[in-house]
Amino acid sequence: MLLRLLALLAFIALPAHADEEIVLGLSQDEIDITATFVGSEILVFGAIKRDSPAPDGQLGVIVTVAGPDTPVTVRRKERRFGIWVNVDDVEIAAAPSFYAVASSADLSRVLRPSEDLIQQITIPQVVREVGANVLDSQSFARALMRIRAGNEQYQRLEGAVSLSRDTLFETRIKLPANLTEGFYVARIFLTRDGNVVDEYVTTIPVKKVGLERWLYNLAHENAFLYGLMSLAIAIAAGWGASAVFTLFRR
Amino acid sequence: MQIYLPIAEVSVNAFLLLGLGGIVGVLSGMFGVGGGFLMTPLLFFIGIPPAVAVATEANQIVASSFSGVLAHLKRKTVDLRMGIVLLIGGLIGAALGVVVFNYLRSLGQVDLLVKLCYVVFLGIIGGLMFIESLNAIRRSKKPGARATRRKHTWIHNLPFKMKFRISGLYISVIPPLLVGVAVGILAAIMGVGGGFIMVPAMIYLLGMPTKVVVGTSLFQITFVTAFTTMLHATTNYTVDVVLAVLLLVGGVIGAQIGTRIGVKIQAEQLRIMLAIMVLAVCFKLGLDLLLQPAELYSLGAGGH
Repeated sequence: MLLRLLALLAFIALPAHADEEIVLGLSQDEIDITATFVGSEILVFGAIKRDSPAPDGQLGVIVTVAGPDTPVTVRRKERRFGIWVNVDDVEIAAAPSFYAVASSADLSRVLRPSEDLIQQITIPQVVREVGANVLDSQSFARALMRIRAGNEQYQRLEGAVSLSRDTLFETRIKLPANLTEGFYVARIFLTRDGNVVDEYVTTIPVKKVGLERWLYNLAHENAFLYGLMSLAIAIAAGWGASAVFTLFRR
Repeated sequence: MQIYLPIAEVSVNAFLLLGLGGIVGVLSGMFGVGGGFLMTPLLFFIGIPPAVAVATEANQIVASSFSGVLAHLKRKTVDLRMGIVLLIGGLIGAALGVVVFNYLRSLGQVDLLVKLCYVVFLGIIGGLMFIESLNAIRRSKKPGARATRRKHTWIHNLPFKMKFRISGLYISVIPPLLVGVAVGILAAIMGVGGGFIMVPAMIYLLGMPTKVVVGTSLFQITFVTAFTTMLHATTNYTVDVVLAVLLLVGGVIGAQIGTRIGVKIQAEQLRIMLAIMVLAVCFKLGLDLLLQPAELYSLGAGGH
């Protein structure tokens, strides 16, 4: 109820500042995973368009890039019979496979917690947990965030958005090599004194192409054929090795 | 050069994989073992998901054992009849193994199962080999070694007897079938050919002559791992053909180099080296299970 009320308030509050608007550019509108893919970098840049002189209050720009949501099982090990075994698990209903949040200053300065709750900007807001069958399910969600942060899958890049003359902004988001396919959503928020005054949303498709695409599709849609192909390659290689080997011996 | 593996969905260094394939190939050429029991844990260590490592390694073993069995067929050192009995057991075992594997995967215990299997089997085999080759070295220093005689055991009293001419045996089909089942289960769970279990079982349990043991086990391994590959490919979609090809290329070249090195080293020294290596891998895997891990939590795909 409180949440809805806040959302309503924010909605009413929005038009008051609508004289500032985001104009956006992206360095690439699609990311292809090829055989030699080692990760990618997208440059998010843009300008703040104003019809009237800039209003007061501290200006902030927040850029988020989110990968597709997937359910995740988080398991915790405990010592049983002297060895470490997975004992408890918590199902996280939806967690983005990738999430980066970059901001022009410390998030605490450019984003009010209430706005964060509504817009779901910071990482703890986007990882939702349900279906907990153990008491401290929060520690499982925290573990998910910790592990993914360690893999550069979750990035909190405070101060990474450079803002010049309160008009032009740009930031680079590094995408790791182990990307999940799907539509990546880039959101750009413009804030004044921590309140969101404008929002811009765009999607970037990330997909396997070429050989990677073909093999992945074959393995999932035509598994039997794919298995036979793998075997054929193995047998041909084995036979070839044996043929070459006997040739060497002569 | 980094390469993106389409099924494992990780990016790894292609030369690292070629090198790993090569090193394991050298070892398998030197010691005459399949190398699956070394390669699969090494793939775990470099971050390939265990399910993908096990399935892909099965595919790679098809190649190396097929190449081996061709050579043995030429030398007529394959007991086809025994091979087929072992194979029937193997196929049953592999099917059982994949069912167990998939069930534990849904419980999130598959890593534990695979690692426990490795620790137990590598420990036993490595330990036995180490003691055996130490004794062999001691015996070779003082001449007059004892000759072992084939004993008449309970195995010879079982029903369903069958003649295996090439092996010169007239025994029940039950023990070879059971050996086949055991090896099939291991092949599916551990991503190994199982030669390191089957060869001792064939010599000591079935009493087969040593010269047909390796060829016959390779014959069985080729078909069982091919079957396992198909099962993993159709039920789990975890066979990564790009990974398999990279390992294959390295393995094929390595095996040739290894065979040449193997000729120059003494057999007992060779066996002790292999035993130490097996024990080292076992120790590392065992330590991971015993010591408290730095991260107690792990992530898995959601949806039971």
